[in-house]
Amino acid sequence: MSFPWANHYEPKQPFMRWLDEKLPLPRLAYNAVGAGYPVPRNLNYFWNFGVLAGAALAIQIVTGIVLAMHYHSDAASAFSSVNGTIMRDVNAGWFLRYAHANGASMFFIVVYTHIFRGLYYGSYKAPREMVWLLGVVIFLLMMATAFMGYVLPWGQMSFWGAQVITGFFSAIPGIGETIRVWLLGGYAPDDAALNRFFSLHYLLPFVIAAVIILHIWALHIPGSGNPTGVDVKGEQDTVPFHPYYTAKDGFGLGVFLLLFAALVFFFPDMLGHPDNYIAANPLQTPAHIVPEWYFWPFYAILRSFTSDFILPAKLWGVLAMFGSILLLFFLPWLDSSPIRSNNYRPKARTAFWVLVADVLILGYCGGSPADPVYVIVAQVCSAYYFLHFLVILPWIARTERPVALPNSITEAVLAGKGGTSPAETALAH
Amino acid sequence: MATDDNNDPQGESPNDPRRRDFLNIAAVAFPAAAGAVAVVFPLVNQMSPSADVLAESTTTVDLSKIQPGQGVITTFRKQPLFVRNLTPKEVAEANAVPLSELRDPETLEKRTQPGHENWLITLGVCTHLGCIPLGINEGDNRGKFGGYFCPCHGSQYDTAGRIRQGPAPKNLAVPPYKFTSPTAVLVG
Repeated sequence: MSFPWANHYEPKQPFMRWLDEKLPLPRLAYNAVGAGYPVPRNLNYFWNFGVLAGAALAIQIVTGIVLAMHYHSDAASAFSSVNGTIMRDVNAGWFLRYAHANGASMFFIVVYTHIFRGLYYGSYKAPREMVWLLGVVIFLLMMATAFMGYVLPWGQMSFWGAQVITGFFSAIPGIGETIRVWLLGGYAPDDAALNRFFSLHYLLPFVIAAVIILHIWALHIPGSGNPTGVDVKGEQDTVPFHPYYTAKDGFGLGVFLLLFAALVFFFPDMLGHPDNYIAANPLQTPAHIVPEWYFWPFYAILRSFTSDFILPAKLWGVLAMFGSILLLFFLPWLDSSPIRSNNYRPKARTAFWVLVADVLILGYCGGSPADPVYVIVAQVCSAYYFLHFLVILPWIARTERPVALPNSITEAVLAGKGGTSPAETALAH
Repeated sequence: MATDDNNDPQGESPNDPRRRDFLNIAAVAFPAAAGAVAVVFPLVNQMSPSADVLAESTTTVDLSKIQPGQGVITTFRKQPLFVRNLTPKEVAEANAVPLSELRDPETLEKRTQPGHENWLITLGVCTHLGCIPLGINEGDNRGKFGGYFCPCHGSQYDTAGRIRQGPAPKNLAVPPYKFTSPTAVLVG
């Protein structure tokens, strides 16, 4: 859908007219990310992160395809093909590999910001529930892709990460061990597992790209949200995507690339674990197995079950870890408040920032050794995570008195509050 | 019986499915479903361990060099295998534990072979998340119960390889094995 005042695509050159009759691809782009897509005029920089996520995926696909030209998916030579051939011998191989490894981190930084943007501004609420649901699907696919990619260099953390993650499935009562052996194609991670992970790691990014198309399609039916959460009421509330937001997103993309370059060129190993520079050894467990940083909060939830209660502790941990993500599928119906933006919901805003702190603490605990103190903190924070979504947010939605909403986006903009970011709102109140 | 199903005496309209349609649908659907299963099965089953993986699925262990109190770590199906010659004291410790105290109740007798109660042969794979416990080599931390101690999340196993404390749900797995001579076992 588009608003009635959207610009119309009119090809001028004869070739473009000819193309528009046969395959109206330029028309599609014009209406989706060009001047034909009217967007609320008050978007702040948090609305850059969708485009940035797309850019991050593109970087991963391009660097990944060329890395696959040099990589050996063979347990005997995978480690040396990455750390020897690609890092030392292939022309600029070190750059491609560091860009791909750090590109994954940048992708998760961007996507986590994008998700929390959605949580703060109520982007998951009607009429954009489907956009949110598809986003959660993309997030799950990203996690699977990132995990399998991390196994490919076949270092110690790769191997033991694969061992621990596939070990989750053995928690399923009765058939768990059979499923684990089927997933690995053996009794421990080895050639069979490495090859299928490589195959799927190559496939899934294209599946992600397809779901992103659905995500954008679903978004364009109601049109983009905005920081006030107030619906677009007329032409004065919107500007065309191009040139206004292509410019704004372009600036954001420049900042993103600066940070990305700083990471790749100056701190390429900062976010990785040094143990992954040791070749996989099935007979020696690293002292401290940790996943990559972007999985730490979920790893903390997994580890926070330490005693059996009806079901074995291990199964509870696995259920809670998957549950913490699957829960997000129900968020549009758990938060029943019709007010979207937390700028106008004082209690929900406080709860949002507590949740951010909670997830950061969970991440810190997940990256730390399983000492009792971290486990106890992680248990409290895991319990709070579920409490937030299942109790606190539904309760706030029923009892909160929201602040008066502006009558329109334009009114908010002219009052100087149209695009307020969370930080500005926090200062203003 | 009516020969023309379209004039069904029960008053169904001509557009309703005729009884004969059921036969047609069933006749097509059943082979189609069987065909679909026949195609999908190999696509799924290809992920199960292949013949070359299964071919490496037995291990022979020479016990003659392992003194009481010692253990060796070897591999079985690419997984670490612990072979431990328990001392009489360790056997007695394992037998002294009442089954009611165990999370995964099994006697040492059940976890070893008759006449060879001192030979504890288990996978060296913690049943929590698959780390290799310490304790098979001399000088390792064997935990509170004198068996094995997993450094990853602190699971503690006793001298029969049974889980006693920590997050692991089960005892260390005992693979199928048989004594081919008094000093050799064939695992797998």
